Amino acid sequence: MKKHAPPPVKTGKPRLTTSAMIASIAAPGQATRPAPFGHALVAAAKKHSKIVGMTADLGKYTDLHVFAQACPDRYYQMGMAEQLLFGAAAGLASEGFTPFATTYAVFASRRAYDFIHQTIAEEDRDVKIVCALPGLTSGYGPSHQAAEDLALFRAMPNMVVVDPCDALEIEQATHAIAAHQGPVYMRLLRGAVPLVLDAYDYTFELGKAKRLRDGKDVLVISSGLLTMRALEAAALLEKDKIGVAVLHTPTIKPLDVAAIRREAKKSGRLVVVAENHTEIGGLGEAVARALLSAGIHPTFRHIALPDAFLDAGALPTLHDRYGISAKAIATRIKRWLK
Amino acid sequence: MAERPNKTLADRAYHIRRNAVLMGQVQGQGYIAQALDIADVLAVVYFHAMTYRPDDPDWEGRDRFLLSNGHYAIALYAALIEAGVLPESEIETYGADDSRLPMSGMAQYTPGMEMSGGSLGLGLSIAVGKCLGLKRKGSKARVYTLFSDGELGEGSMWEAMMSAAHHKLDNLVAVVDVNNMQADGPSTKMLGFEPLADKLKAFGWFVQRVDGNDIEAVRAAFDAAKNHAAPQPRMIIADTLMGKGVPFLETREKNHFMRVDAHEWTLALEALDAGRPA
Repeated sequence: MKKHAPPPVKTGKPRLTTSAMIASIAAPGQATRPAPFGHALVAAAKKHSKIVGMTADLGKYTDLHVFAQACPDRYYQMGMAEQLLFGAAAGLASEGFTPFATTYAVFASRRAYDFIHQTIAEEDRDVKIVCALPGLTSGYGPSHQAAEDLALFRAMPNMVVVDPCDALEIEQATHAIAAHQGPVYMRLLRGAVPLVLDAYDYTFELGKAKRLRDGKDVLVISSGLLTMRALEAAALLEKDKIGVAVLHTPTIKPLDVAAIRREAKKSGRLVVVAENHTEIGGLGEAVARALLSAGIHPTFRHIALPDAFLDAGALPTLHDRYGISAKAIATRIKRWLK
Repeated sequence: MAERPNKTLADRAYHIRRNAVLMGQVQGQGYIAQALDIADVLAVVYFHAMTYRPDDPDWEGRDRFLLSNGHYAIALYAALIEAGVLPESEIETYGADDSRLPMSGMAQYTPGMEMSGGSLGLGLSIAVGKCLGLKRKGSKARVYTLFSDGELGEGSMWEAMMSAAHHKLDNLVAVVDVNNMQADGPSTKMLGFEPLADKLKAFGWFVQRVDGNDIEAVRAAFDAAKNHAAPQPRMIIADTLMGKGVPFLETREKNHFMRVDAHEWTLALEALDAGRPA
């Protein structure tokens, strides 16, 4: 609530708290893996001798502390200085190293944007920018909610943009971007990260969208956390005999336009793009462009965050409020099908 | 150092100024006053301090030079031409379509240009990363970087100042050109930065302040920076005079992006010739 609203009325019911999901986005009882990025980076660093880790006072909060402990001589703590972090990462890359530089998505995308644009993207440096708290994965309010990070990094030439869904994909994507030459922005879920895609015989490939399940009524095209939610929504809708296909599109740029067009062309299905991002400039607009420019125009709906400064609060509350929880997604899809 | 012996540093500076004026003439206007003020420093950098191979600008063993103030590209091109990294024939392409010499320096365009400047305040952060990288590789090469006093207004410069001292980057030699002029007027009136030497010393740097147009003093400062024993980054504060060497430009007002009339370019070259060391 904002300050001009009346104070909240006591209801006697316990309220969810903002801090509840700081260590993990996982639902109670959900299978998780600890710090998948940190462990995968340690493994990747064994193969790639040029990898170094860098952070701006957020090592513990981006799972980079695992790397720092395993490879202390390859770890740079740069202090709370994001412009320096990315400029120095560019400098290390110019000397032949492959820095994995971590911070929160808001600080990379908003505070250090020009540094990344000029010293990393424009010079095509081999820097991997790996950022926790993408989209709406913090209850701290707009200071920590990177609702626009995909739009900003999509718009940056040379930048590859990856939005992985779960612990398995974060591990695989870490190896994939380490092997890729050039700048990458990767969104990160941290801490105890849900394990979802192990049930789908899934392998991450940079630049590839993959269909995780098929369905006759609806095609959901999604990335990141919203693929997890879309799969949960699909399971809910299955009980109502609504068939939902999910095309997971973890690489936002370059977009797998061919797979998106192939799936969307199948006639009769409602096409829904679902993303943990503002409705402006993310996967939804990218998919719409891919479809319209090929003359494909299915009924199109978009599940995304509103063009607004989002509230502070507990994540489950906020995800319901802004329509990106599994239940909210299922409800809207049912309404759209009527 | 480039193998072009028998030229004094003063004569190198003369040629750098001359190359810059010839490039300025191509555009009719530009950052010519800065090129003239920093020519003496660049003469020392390229013909005394740095180790490099003119015919192999990416040679791994080279000292690196990072031009943070990308609009000084005209000065660096002038030095790179004098050093034999760039051919003299490209002077006439400066800032023209399809040129390798864009008005604002970019790494992808020009041999010997190590970074893309233009957005001010980037160079020192990149320098920190390069210095860390060189140490990782066990390289003895140094990183030299030039920035302008106006860039001291960028917070990122102070992040990098702290970082360079924190990481004890004794392979870093930074030069700040204090010509006290930026886009909107005198730098000290835009956002005061004095007492600069005291500030930088307090930040943990080995600091020298010299007349940046006194070649012997500049040479001594670079020698002292190189020979300094303590594990700390080195800063040379170079006080310079905008338009140095062309008296009618030294006194011209509003000289950040200078318009020079067609007939004046010849006068400028004549003034340089008149002041050329014997």
